[in-house]
Amino acid sequence: MIQPAKPDLVTVNVDGKEIAVPKGTNVIEAARLVGVDVPHYCYHPKLSIVGNCRMCLIEMGMPAVDPATKQPVMDPATGKQKINWIPRPQIGCGTNASPGLHIRTNSPLVKDCREGVMEFLLINHPLDCPICDQAGECKLQEQATGYGRGYSRFIEQKNVKPKRTQLGPRVTLDDERCILCSRCIRFSKEIAKDDVLGFIDRGSYSTLTCFPGKQLENNYSLNTVDICPVGALTSTDFRFKMRVWFLKQTNSLDTETSVGANTVVWSREGAIYRITPRRNDEVNDTWMPDSGRIAFKQVAAPDRLKTSDALDVLIARAADLLKAGSVAVVGSGRSSVEEQFLTRKLAAAVKATVALVSRTGQGDNLLISADRNPNVRGALVTGLVATLPEAKLTALAAAIDAGQVKTVISVGEDLVAAGLTAAQLAKVSVIYLGTHANATSAAAKVVLPTLTVFEKSGSFVNQQFRIQKFSKAVPGLVGATDDLVVLSRLVAAAGGAAQPADLPGLWTLIAAEIPALAHAAHAKLPETGLLLDAAPWASLPFVEGETLHFKPAATAAVASSQ
Amino acid sequence: MAVIPLERKPLTFAERTYLPQIAFGLKTTLRHLVTPKETLEYPEQRPEIPAGYRGVPTLVKDPNGREKCVSCQLCEFVCPPKAIRITPGEIAPDDPTAHVEKAPQEFEIDMLRCIYCGLCQEVCPEEAIWLQNQYTMSGYTRAEMVNNKERLYELGGTLPDDHFKWDKKKSAEEQGNAH
Amino acid sequence: MDFSFYFDLPLWIRTALQGIAVIAVLFPISAACSMAERKVAAWVQGRPGPNRAIVPWVAPIPFLGRFLQRLGVFQLMADGGKFVFKEDVIPGHVNKFYYYIAPLLALIPALTTVTVVPFGAYWDAAANTLKPLILADLDVGLLAVFAISSLGVYSIIIAGWASNSKFPFLGSVRASAQLISYELSMTLSVLPVFLWVNAPGGNGTLSLFDVVQTQSEPGFLGGMWYLFLMPLSAFIFLVALFAETNRQPFDMPESESDLVGGFHTEYGEFKWSLFFVAEYAHMLVGSGVFTLLFLGGWNPLPWVPLAPLIEGLPVWLGGVIGIGVFLGKVFVAIFFFMWVRWTLPRFRYDQVMKIGWQKLLPLSIANLIFYALAIALIETR
Repeated sequence: MIQPAKPDLVTVNVDGKEIAVPKGTNVIEAARLVGVDVPHYCYHPKLSIVGNCRMCLIEMGMPAVDPATKQPVMDPATGKQKINWIPRPQIGCGTNASPGLHIRTNSPLVKDCREGVMEFLLINHPLDCPICDQAGECKLQEQATGYGRGYSRFIEQKNVKPKRTQLGPRVTLDDERCILCSRCIRFSKEIAKDDVLGFIDRGSYSTLTCFPGKQLENNYSLNTVDICPVGALTSTDFRFKMRVWFLKQTNSLDTETSVGANTVVWSREGAIYRITPRRNDEVNDTWMPDSGRIAFKQVAAPDRLKTSDALDVLIARAADLLKAGSVAVVGSGRSSVEEQFLTRKLAAAVKATVALVSRTGQGDNLLISADRNPNVRGALVTGLVATLPEAKLTALAAAIDAGQVKTVISVGEDLVAAGLTAAQLAKVSVIYLGTHANATSAAAKVVLPTLTVFEKSGSFVNQQFRIQKFSKAVPGLVGATDDLVVLSRLVAAAGGAAQPADLPGLWTLIAAEIPALAHAAHAKLPETGLLLDAAPWASLPFVEGETLHFKPAATAAVASSQ
Repeated sequence: MAVIPLERKPLTFAERTYLPQIAFGLKTTLRHLVTPKETLEYPEQRPEIPAGYRGVPTLVKDPNGREKCVSCQLCEFVCPPKAIRITPGEIAPDDPTAHVEKAPQEFEIDMLRCIYCGLCQEVCPEEAIWLQNQYTMSGYTRAEMVNNKERLYELGGTLPDDHFKWDKKKSAEEQGNAH
Repeated sequence: MDFSFYFDLPLWIRTALQGIAVIAVLFPISAACSMAERKVAAWVQGRPGPNRAIVPWVAPIPFLGRFLQRLGVFQLMADGGKFVFKEDVIPGHVNKFYYYIAPLLALIPALTTVTVVPFGAYWDAAANTLKPLILADLDVGLLAVFAISSLGVYSIIIAGWASNSKFPFLGSVRASAQLISYELSMTLSVLPVFLWVNAPGGNGTLSLFDVVQTQSEPGFLGGMWYLFLMPLSAFIFLVALFAETNRQPFDMPESESDLVGGFHTEYGEFKWSLFFVAEYAHMLVGSGVFTLLFLGGWNPLPWVPLAPLIEGLPVWLGGVIGIGVFLGKVFVAIFFFMWVRWTLPRFRYDQVMKIGWQKLLPLSIANLIFYALAIALIETR
C-alpha cells in the first residue's frame, strides 16, 4: 500500500535533505529513505494506519504562497522560498508526502513531544524488564533509551491489570505491559481475517482482550507476538526459555508448503529456540504461519535417525545392494535443489527412473498453499522429473509386483505412506536416506541418516519459481551425515562419476549443466531469492490456489513478477 | 636531545675492598633477623576482609526468604569469561511467589572460569548476585568447582533489602489501582 | 672414669666404633644445620620459616612441644624421611657407575677429616696435663685436613661429568678451578700461625691441638687468640674457607640462577641429600679448623684458658665443658656462614677468579712475608 502501481515521484525535505519519494509515501518511510529514524509503535508498514501511539510526532511545513497572488513568498535571509511551519506537531505515519513538504524530526519541539509521549507510555508500564521476554528487542526499551527523559517523575501507584491471560493456545498476554498500539487487533482483522481482539474499558484502564467466547487461535496468531512492540503478547512456547540477546539469527525458509515463507532461525549453542518470519515483500511480507514455527522441534526429536557405523561401511553395504541392478529411485519434493540434482545423477548412475511423492492439503489463501512439498518445482528445474508427482507410487508398486525392481533408494520419502504395502517392501531391498524413523526406515536394509533443513544449507524453488536459499543454523547431529555427502558417495558407489559434495563445487556443475540455474548459485543468491523463468512448465496442472503475492495457473508467471 | 654525562665518583679504597658494605649488609640482615615477623599464618589467622571485597559470587534471598534472582540472564551476558550458565524457568502458578513469574531452574557458576570481576553483581537488576567475603574455593574435580543453584544460595544466605519491589507489586495487585 | 677397656678392644672394632660415632654425630648435626639454614634464611627475610611439622608424641607436651614445633625441629625428620622415600629418578643419559659413586665420594672426605680435628680436651690428672679429645691425633693434623678435604672436589667433578649434561658439567669445571684458586691462599694464610707456634729449634708440629695450646699460654701474647694476633690471616682463611666449602658468595658449582642446580642438577632423593650432608660436613669441619686456629679452640675467652677451670672437676665434666665451648664457637661460625649467605649476592665467576688470583693470593703472600719478618724480629731479640 505504500508503493502505488505508478510511482509518481514527489520531492520532500527531511531535516534539510531533499529526497524524491513516490507520492503517498508517509513521512516515516520517507525519513527512513534518507536514513532518519522516526520512532513509532503503532505504525506497521503492512498494516493500516491508525495513529494512536503519538510517538512519531514531527514538525511539518509547506512552502509559503501569497494567498492573493498565488506567488511564492521568498525569504530574504536565505533567498529561498519561505516555509510556513505548522505550529503544532503532526503524526509522521499519517502524513503523506506531497510536493515541497518540509519535515523536522529533531527540532526541540519534536524532542519535547517524544519525551512527553514516552513519559505517558511509561506511567503504567511495569518494571518487568528483568523477567520480560521482549527485553532486548523491545521498542519501548529502545525508545525510552533513545528519546525518553531517563528518569521517572511518577510517584503514584501504577495501574494493575491481568498478568497472565491465555489469549489462545499459543499466545499469552500480559496486559500491564500493553501500550495499546492496536497492531495485533489490526493484524487479526486485516491479515488473518479473524477478528477476535479488541480493547475494553477506557483511558488508562483500557485492556486488550478477546471477544467473549472467542480465542486467538488462528494459524497466524504468533504474528501478533512478532509485531507487538512491547512484551504484552508473548509466545507460550518461547516464554521464559531464553533471552533474545543470546540467540544467533540464521536466515532460513518455511518448508511446510510451496509458499517458501522467509524465516529467521534463532539458536544458541546448537539448540534452536524459535523461528520468526523474515520480511520478503514478494513472498510473505512480514508474516508466517504458526505451524512453521514449531518445525525446529524435529531437530532434537527422539526419533531422529542416527548411526554409530562409519559412513564408509554404510556406503559399502549400499553399493553391494546396488550391484544387483534393477534399481528404482524415489526422490523427494522436500529435498533441496542441490540434493535433487545429485539424486538425478544417482538415478542416471543406476539407470533408474525417478518417482516423486506429492503431498497436498487445503490452502488457506494466505501463506499455506495446497502443495505441501516445498520444492516440487526444484525437481522440475533440475530435471529430476518432467511431470508433476502423483500422490501414490502406483507405477513403482506395479513394477515391484512384476519383479522388475530389486532395490529401491528412497531419498527421505516414507514408501509406506506413499502407497507401497509391507509385502511389496519385503520383496525389495530398500536404501533409505532420512532424518526420522518411520515404517520405511524400519524395513530398510541400509539406513543413511541425514540432516534436517536447519542443519544444512541449500535452496528451494517455491510456487512462484523463486529460488530462495536457507542456511545452516545449528551443527548437524552426531551420527548423521549431510545429504549432499551421502548422495555423492552413493553416486560414486553406483559407479557414476565423482560428484562434489560441497555447495560451491556443486553449483559450478549445476550452472554448467542447467542453464536456467546458471545465475542462481547459492553463494550469490540474494536473501529475497531470484525469480526463474516458469514458462517451460506453464502447462503443468499445479495444485496451488491463490495465496499472498501468488496467483495460480496460467497467470503464475505474471503474478510472481509483480 | 641533550646528553648529560653523569660523573661517577671514583671508589675509595674502603669501597673497593667491599668490606664496609659487607659489614653494613650484615648489620641490615641482623636487624631483620630479630624484628617481629609480618607473616600471616593463614589457616589459623585470617585476613581482615575490607568492605566492598569481591569474593566468591553467591545468590542471596531477601529477608522473607524469597529467592531474588529472576533469571534475567544479564549476568550470564555480561560475564567476561562466560562462567555463568542459567537455565531460566517459570514459577508455578500455585507458588506464593507466583507474581514474580520467573526464577532460575538452574544457576551454575564455574569457579574455574570466574575472574571475580564483580560485573555480575553490578549488572544485576534484582540485587540477587553478590560477591561476598568468601575467598577460598577448592575441589578435587572440575565438576566440584561448578557452584550450582543450591550451593550458591547456601553460600549467599540472606541479605537486607532496601526495595521489596516484588512485595510492593503483590500488595498493589491485591489492593491497588485495578479497575 | 676408666676408659681403658676401650683401648683393650681389637683395633678393627675400635675403628668401626669410631666410624659409627662420627656418622652418628655428623649426620644429625649436618641435618640440623640445613634446618638452621632455613630458619636463618626465613628470619633474615622476615618470615617465620618452617613451623608446622610435629610428631604426635611431642605435641601434647605443654610448652616444649609447641616451642619445638615453632622452631621447625621436626621438619628435619619430615625432610629426611622424604629423601628416603622419594622416587629415585635417574636420567637415561648418565654414566651409571660414576653417577652412583659421586655422592659417596662426596661423603668420604667430609667424614674423614673429622678424625684429625680435636673437638675438645680433658684434664688427665695422671699425667697432670690437658689431653685432646680426638679420634686420631696426627702430628700432621692440619696438613691431613687440607689433603683430605681437597679430595671432595673429585666428587663434584665426577658428578658433573657422569651427569652428562651441560649445566652440571659447567658446575664441576667451576668447582675445580675455584678449589685450586683458593687452596693456595688458604694454605699461605695459615703459615704465619704455624711460624708462631713452632719456635725455632723446637720440634716442628702441625698438630691442631698444639695450636690451641699456644693460645692457652699465660701472658698477654700467649693468651691472645690468633684472630687478634693475625687478623689478616684469619680474614684470608675465612674467605678461602667460604670458597672451599662452596658457600655463598662463592657457590659457583651450584649457582641456581645460571646453572639450574650446578653439579647436582641431575641428582634427586637420597643421593642429592648425601651431597647436601657433605656440604654441611665440610662447613662443620671448616668452622672447627677456623675455631681451633683463630678462636682459641675450647678456651672460653681470650686470656682465659680451659685447663685451670676444669682441673678439679671430674674428667667427664671437664670433657663436656671443653666440647661445649668448642661446639659453641663452631656454631657461631656456622651461623656466620649462614648470615653471610643471606646477606651477600653471588659473585660472578670471573670476579671469583679475579679475587682469588689477583687479590687474595698476593695479599696472603704479603701477609706471610710480613709475619715471617715480624716473628724473626721478635724471636731473635
